Amino acid sequence: MTDQPNVVVTGLGTTNPLGGDVESTWAGALAGRSGVRTLTDDWVSRYDLPVTFAGQLAVPAEDVLARPEMRRMDPSAQFAMIAAREAWADAGAPEIDGERLGAVVASGIGGVTTLVNAWDTIKEKGVRRVLPLTVPMLMPNSPAAYVSIEVGAKAGSHTPVSACASGAEAIGYALEMIRTGRADMVVAGGTEAATHPLPIASFAKMQALSTRNDDPAGASRPYDVDRDGFVLGEGAAVVVLEREDHALARGATIYARIAGVGMSADAYDVAPPDPSGAGQSRALRLALENAGITPADLVHVNAHATSTPAGDGVEAAAIRATLGDDADHIAVSATKSMTGHLLGGAGALESLFTILAVRDRKAPPTINVANPEPGLPIDLVRDAPRDLPSGQIAAVNNAFGFGGHNVALVVTNA
Amino acid sequence: MANSNEEILAGLAEIVNEETGLATDAVQADKSFTDDLDIDSLSMMTIVTLAEEKFEVRIPDEEVKNLTTVGDAVAFIAQAQA
Repeated sequence: MTDQPNVVVTGLGTTNPLGGDVESTWAGALAGRSGVRTLTDDWVSRYDLPVTFAGQLAVPAEDVLARPEMRRMDPSAQFAMIAAREAWADAGAPEIDGERLGAVVASGIGGVTTLVNAWDTIKEKGVRRVLPLTVPMLMPNSPAAYVSIEVGAKAGSHTPVSACASGAEAIGYALEMIRTGRADMVVAGGTEAATHPLPIASFAKMQALSTRNDDPAGASRPYDVDRDGFVLGEGAAVVVLEREDHALARGATIYARIAGVGMSADAYDVAPPDPSGAGQSRALRLALENAGITPADLVHVNAHATSTPAGDGVEAAAIRATLGDDADHIAVSATKSMTGHLLGGAGALESLFTILAVRDRKAPPTINVANPEPGLPIDLVRDAPRDLPSGQIAAVNNAFGFGGHNVALVVTNA
Repeated sequence: MANSNEEILAGLAEIVNEETGLATDAVQADKSFTDDLDIDSLSMMTIVTLAEEKFEVRIPDEEVKNLTTVGDAVAFIAQAQA
């Protein structure tokens, strides 16, 4: 891999259930706060939904965006735009040839709110009431399109769609865009805005969601024996990746390096992961190889860990199987315990957490783990953040999605 | 229910404000949607769709190209309501 350029992170942005920007989000995560609340929307009681809570944005999009922007963008694009603006400003909003700048923004579900609302409009008011921007709003590449327009990214605008692995896949795609010479900088991340009765009803019917309605903040409890499903979250996270020499030449602040990516597919089932964990294990192994490191170099994993009874155990076993005895000294964090599960935004938000963990040498806590799964084969960071070692360190973000998509990203200090 | 021309102008100005962010007092009868207000064709179709609902009229798609100024739209809506 020595002939490939190093790729670094020079900008960060997010809006999510813990905070409306990076600083408040990271402070909330290190403090072990939950962003999960009881939903106050009238449709919760109207449809008698079996799940009445979720992680909604800490700072509503309408508090940030102008009214015309709110009207022209599906919430998935609104969230991405908020995160992208923060990340791009954080990177210094450099004057760069747009043909050397890319945008890769993923979504798992796309503009479901726009789609369903437009169908309601047709049924209630007829086809003449459908607004002309309905399709550009509902298409899953809409967030990437808006971000590319915002920053003037002309090297390419892309939207990986791989359910809950999407956000990490986007960052992996961005890494490859820079490595292969297509771009010098890429604005990359993921977004999701699926706090709507339809996804909630569907996930609930799969028995994938926690039904701990009387304790929303305690509902997302990865690796706890009493976990009963994931908690829906919403939001976006965006990072700015940049060729290292490009960043150094313009004196940019460098937070970390994206050192490698591994991807695999289970080819097993459209929903649950392959229980053998083979696909997850292979993605992790390929990521380490791609980064040119070994398990001994790893100090931290931000696990996919959604708090489902089946999924968490498969991942923990796959981590142990891949990393062997080195797993004893690798601090594993499950930040969905605080944010809920951002679906297509999850891999991006958790990559952001992994970058911040490497930058500040602090692994964020996993909250709500009152009774860890007996024999848990990983070293879980519980309750309080844990300091990571000095010197050269590496960390991994795992992200897996319905359909058997597995992505592992390696982050190292710059 | 028929609106006065002043009511139609005010209602259109609200729609244009919501859609584009332009101040309502910038939306005057003599202003061209494209040349003065910088409204593109998709925004124009959005405004027409919202105006149909607000004023309970039908503005045929083929008629939209004839609505050059805000005043043209006010006149068309007033006539359609009559």
